Amino acid sequence: MKVLLAVSHVPDTTSKIRFVNKDSEFDKTDIQYIISPFDELALTRLLQIKEQIGGMHITAVTVGGADVDPTIRKALAIGADDAVRVDAEPTDALFVARQIAEVFKNGEFDFVMTGKESIDFTGNQVGEMVAEFLNIPSVASAASLELNGNIATIIREIDGGKEVIETPMPFVTSGQKGIAKEPRIPNMRGIMMARKKPLNVVPAVEQAAHTKVVKFTMPESRGACKMIDADNPAELIRLLHEEAKVL
Amino acid sequence: MDFNLSEEHLMIQKAARDFARTELLPGVIERDDNAIKPIEQIKRMQELGFMGMMVDPKYGGGGMDTISYVLAMEEISKVDSSASVMMSVNNSLVCWGLENYGTEAQKQKYLVPLASGKAIGAFALSEPEAGSDATKQHTIAKDMGDHYVVNGIKNWITNGSDSQYYIVIAHTHPEKGHKGINAFIIEKDTPGFTVGPHENKMGMRGSHTHALMFQDCKVPKENRIGDDGFGFKFAMNTLNGGRIGIAAQALGIGQGALDLAIQYSKERKAFGKEIGHHQAIAFKLADMHTEMEAARLLIHKAAWLKDQHKDYGMAGAIAKYHAAEAAMHVTTEAVQIHGGYGYVKEYHVERLMRDAKLTQIYEGTSEIQQIVISRGLLRD
Ligand SMILES: Cc1cc2nc3c(=O)[nH]c(=O)nc-3n(C[C@H](O)[C@H](O)[C@H](O)COP(=O)(O)OP(=O)(O)OC[C@H]3O[C@@H](n4cnc5c(N)ncnc54)[C@H](O)[C@@H]3O)c2cc1C
Repeated sequence: MKVLLAVSHVPDTTSKIRFVNKDSEFDKTDIQYIISPFDELALTRLLQIKEQIGGMHITAVTVGGADVDPTIRKALAIGADDAVRVDAEPTDALFVARQIAEVFKNGEFDFVMTGKESIDFTGNQVGEMVAEFLNIPSVASAASLELNGNIATIIREIDGGKEVIETPMPFVTSGQKGIAKEPRIPNMRGIMMARKKPLNVVPAVEQAAHTKVVKFTMPESRGACKMIDADNPAELIRLLHEEAKVL
Repeated sequence: MDFNLSEEHLMIQKAARDFARTELLPGVIERDDNAIKPIEQIKRMQELGFMGMMVDPKYGGGGMDTISYVLAMEEISKVDSSASVMMSVNNSLVCWGLENYGTEAQKQKYLVPLASGKAIGAFALSEPEAGSDATKQHTIAKDMGDHYVVNGIKNWITNGSDSQYYIVIAHTHPEKGHKGINAFIIEKDTPGFTVGPHENKMGMRGSHTHALMFQDCKVPKENRIGDDGFGFKFAMNTLNGGRIGIAAQALGIGQGALDLAIQYSKERKAFGKEIGHHQAIAFKLADMHTEMEAARLLIHKAAWLKDQHKDYGMAGAIAKYHAAEAAMHVTTEAVQIHGGYGYVKEYHVERLMRDAKLTQIYEGTSEIQQIVISRGLLRD
């Protein structure tokens, strides 16, 4: 079985976010990059399945310049078997999805897995777009994934309950929290082997971006938390009424 | 000169940090309190390859450099130095000694399981009456032709009850002084070998330290490491490298306490502001950071020299001396910054302070490091 796992290269969650060029670009100075945590969880789940059923080959795919190689090699260190980097700046979700779909077509893969969203732009759409390009089923935000022969059973969390979906291969699914408990820590051998695993760089296919970033703004700061004495509910009501104006 | 860590170094550092946070931190206070060994955690460290990091992959190790090892050691020691001392003994004393001085047969039989996480080892040099002065070995290994018979007591042995294999230093020719000492590999189940109860310690209470008793213990000749009489040199050479690991342990303990102190200084308020805004506390933090950063650079330099196959004896002693003293000072200050909260177990810093004390004592006390350093300076 061959699985294509999309991996994105994102700023570490503790990064200080700043913008440059009149707030039209993210300032990459001094930023440490990591694999997007949902992708890491998806990879962890695939490795668990691989250990159960054996015979699974995991190819990590990413779209980006040579600067993302350390991130994709991290996926190799954790346990992906090989990797493909589509050599282009990831301009928008559609562009990225098109590239991943193209890699899928050229590789006889059985299914595609992504993280629910990359934690930088949190677009939550690449997986669905890949499915659309390939015209195959898509199940977003999987909280559990089991494989039985050619059939995948995926659980999604929905309002007030769970939805259990079965789909035959090929399909696209995106993993969210719950797909695996904790991301897998690479072992020392894995880290040392990462450079020895194949990382194939391929050119991008033509795909015009459909969106463009005009401007970034920071979210409003949340302000300090006000502690109110538990014995003084009247003060809470007053603040909710006069300051927060929600009552 | 290049101070950058490689991609692999960064991955190792992150892996060790993540492991410490997710798997060592839970329960660390209880394990220390009740002197419970981190057995499950050590198993995981074996699976992850933390127990044989520097050993050649052909013997089951990670094939990593000393920089990788000290990075992992620092991260793990920030959280649980009971686990890190078990790691340190296995990596830098037992595996290193066997890889560098063992025969091919010894490597296949002992190093492979030790480096690949299937066995744990101990290094037994100290005795009740031979600590700093390790030449005064009372344990005797009598040469019986095709085997040795070992009698004596070893004291303070880390991994004493966890190991399958023990490297034991003993005298064969007391009349030859330190040139009559040998090192042996002794298996756990050898008749005549018993392990005493563990010591009730001040710190690193999760790591158990035992006396080992040998009574007419028959050890095959092929279990001697190196030529007849090589044992003292073996022990000293091994400890030279081990020191770099203990220095990194001290650094981790200190840095762990400093990280907690910085966080606490931003949260705790006194006299209308965060305590970190009182200059007395801010300057303490500046001093602590300076000491830790100096320790880190000394350690990385010693590790680098070792990786370059240059002489690292002096550099290792300097790194260990400074890091242990700095860790003791930094952890004590971290308790001070936490005030009364620092004195209770829940806040971690008191444990780190107790742990730091040990780094000034084992693998050569601070005074012994001063001897090594000053002898290096005064040598003609
Ligand atoms: C928890 C723990 C774990 C240990 N693990 C191991 C282990 O796994 N394997 C092992 O072999 N050993 C181990 N040790 C032993 C440790 O290495 C010794 O305790 C250490 O070398 C000091 O020896 P000592 O305790 O006999 O002290 P002593 O040598 O008696 O020293 C007492 C004091 O005198 C000072 N002193 C001694 N000689 C001089 C001198 N010439 N000049 C100035 N000052 C001097 C010392 O610095 C110290 O302050 C461990 C010890 C502890 C506490």
